[in-house]
Amino acid sequence: MSVLVDKNSRVIVQGFTGNEGTFHAMQMIEYGTNVVGGVTPGKGGNYHLNRPIFNTVKEAIKATSANVSVIFVPPAFAADAIMEAAEGGINLIVCITEGIPVQDMIRVKEYLKAFDCRLIGPNCPGVITPEEAKVGIMPGFIHKRGVVGIVSRSGTLTYEAVDQLTKVGLGQTTAIGIGGDPIPGTSILEAVQLLMNDDETKGIVIIGEIGGTMEAEAAYWIKDHGTKPVLAFIAGSTAPKGRTMGHAGAIIGGKDDTASAKKAILNQCGIHVIDSPAEIGSKMLELLA
Amino acid sequence: MNLHEFQGKSILKKYGVSVPEGIVAFNAKEAVEAAKIMEKRTGTQRWAVKAQIHAGGRGKSGGVKIAKSLEEVETYAAQMIGMKLITPQTSAEGKLVRKVLIEQNIYYPGEEPIQEFYMSILLNRQRGRTMLMYSPRGGMDIEAVALETPEQIFTEEIDPRVGIQDFQCRRIAFNLGLSGEAYKQMLHFVKSLYQAYQGSDASLFEINPVIKASDGKIFAADAKVVIDNSALFRHPDIVEMRDLDEEDPIEVEAGNYKLNYIKLDGNVGCMVNGAGLAMATMDMIKMSGGAPANFLDVGGTADAKRVEQAFRIILKDPNVKAILINIFGGIVRCDRVAQGIVDAYKNIGQIKVPIIVRLQGTNAKEASELIQKSGLKVLTAIELQEAANLVNKVLH
Repeated sequence: MSVLVDKNSRVIVQGFTGNEGTFHAMQMIEYGTNVVGGVTPGKGGNYHLNRPIFNTVKEAIKATSANVSVIFVPPAFAADAIMEAAEGGINLIVCITEGIPVQDMIRVKEYLKAFDCRLIGPNCPGVITPEEAKVGIMPGFIHKRGVVGIVSRSGTLTYEAVDQLTKVGLGQTTAIGIGGDPIPGTSILEAVQLLMNDDETKGIVIIGEIGGTMEAEAAYWIKDHGTKPVLAFIAGSTAPKGRTMGHAGAIIGGKDDTASAKKAILNQCGIHVIDSPAEIGSKMLELLA
Repeated sequence: MNLHEFQGKSILKKYGVSVPEGIVAFNAKEAVEAAKIMEKRTGTQRWAVKAQIHAGGRGKSGGVKIAKSLEEVETYAAQMIGMKLITPQTSAEGKLVRKVLIEQNIYYPGEEPIQEFYMSILLNRQRGRTMLMYSPRGGMDIEAVALETPEQIFTEEIDPRVGIQDFQCRRIAFNLGLSGEAYKQMLHFVKSLYQAYQGSDASLFEINPVIKASDGKIFAADAKVVIDNSALFRHPDIVEMRDLDEEDPIEVEAGNYKLNYIKLDGNVGCMVNGAGLAMATMDMIKMSGGAPANFLDVGGTADAKRVEQAFRIILKDPNVKAILINIFGGIVRCDRVAQGIVDAYKNIGQIKVPIIVRLQGTNAKEASELIQKSGLKVLTAIELQEAANLVNKVLH
């Protein structure tokens, strides 16, 4: 098993014909992801990368039975693209776009409640189940099918974790990049719950950072319901208060959302917290020994 | 994006939120002229002189004064403009005051007692919704209120489908203990404040204090306004308000290169692709016995031009004793980045501080060889731990 995406995922790309959409669609196809088509309003009826282009998500689903959409639409139009995917009937929406206005995301979050769908992101690298499906922008070759599930608010730091886990021989079940925005479609807790319920996943890595309370929420749940070892790294111990550290959501607001406050809560809840990001692989190996 | 008080208030005013009449002055003479105009408009004979800097806590630090005559307006304005104002929210050296806001005095005598409240609008991240937070205890640090009397802090969550509702505005006015004219004014105040927040794509409004004047009028006496950077594309008028004087000059220059750079106080500069990895790299520098001199995310395209720009930015900081470059090559190939580093290094010429390059991911080995063959005095690493050890080595 794995979570969210696998070889049966039928993926469409929204923003298919743009630079980013084109490049990453090619990479996904090369990895073996079942990309069944794409959406670019006004270009429907044509072909791109040997796949059909549709004007709307509804048309794309009707023609291809797509159930996953990955979004590369520019920030000003991304909220609309997410809602179109949900309304069209897509079950898993992965939004890569960085820089969506917060107020747009507040409306999106509300809108999605009426539909049977999950949003991953925005501002995220996507989701990958190694050797089955890559839905996002992560470098496929560093992944290896294995036993560790990853939940992360970061992109390259996730790759770092993946690479270490691959090198120590553990590999990954599914790596979920939930993104660096203040309003993520899927929280750390929700992603952890998915992995906790996945038989193939033997251990979980959480990569959190400063800002917000998502890590703590997940930690309290894990304390009561956790059934496998969880390892966590929280980035931003040296970040100053009140500054946005690249990710829109990585900003220390008060005393509760610093790295040290989060680490303390995680520790209390029985999660193995490491201070150095260089120890992700070796520590997980130790926990699963 | 942070705004000055006077800019924040201009946004509030546009949406019908009641603010004191005010004019910005850049020198003492202008301040007096402003005060005269204010007198004509409102009949006020007292004026608030308020230093305009991007930091709170001005009142306790001499940045806000009430002038009782035009002479005092002149004196206070002359004192403030050109001074370095040190508040609990500025650095130890303070912030240079370049302009003052001259305002009508709203603490005028009258029938009712004057009251100060606290009100802010912000994102409740946990709920993914906008939240209005308020307290009858205004004019003081809200974190202190939260600590001493948490029961005196109230919140209203706003449903994004319908916006703030009348019953919520009534509840706020009642909880603040208002009646009569002040009650009526507060309903309008809250509603228009929320509209201003939404309309300007703000990420924070903090009005501390909200004043109930002696005639029952409600005013936003102060305004801390932060606008969501991601939404600036649809607010060209607000983009115009950016005050580069309030920002760190190196950060401004980095921004022009589209580099995400934040200056810090440490001795090890760093250049990283990705914000999370950049923060993690900073943390690692600390663990290796150094302190990060900056946060710098070079983004997805670490080519020679970008690496060179990043080098130049980092090297502007005289505290930098070593530089750590940490790139995880995914789609970006490490050997390309390495070539970029070699070219940038040669273009800049004299780089006197040791440089540690950690390239991992696609073509990491080729990258390492390329740098070693170049003859540059650069230390290379592939594993993260090796890089950390090298940082420790060059500092000791």
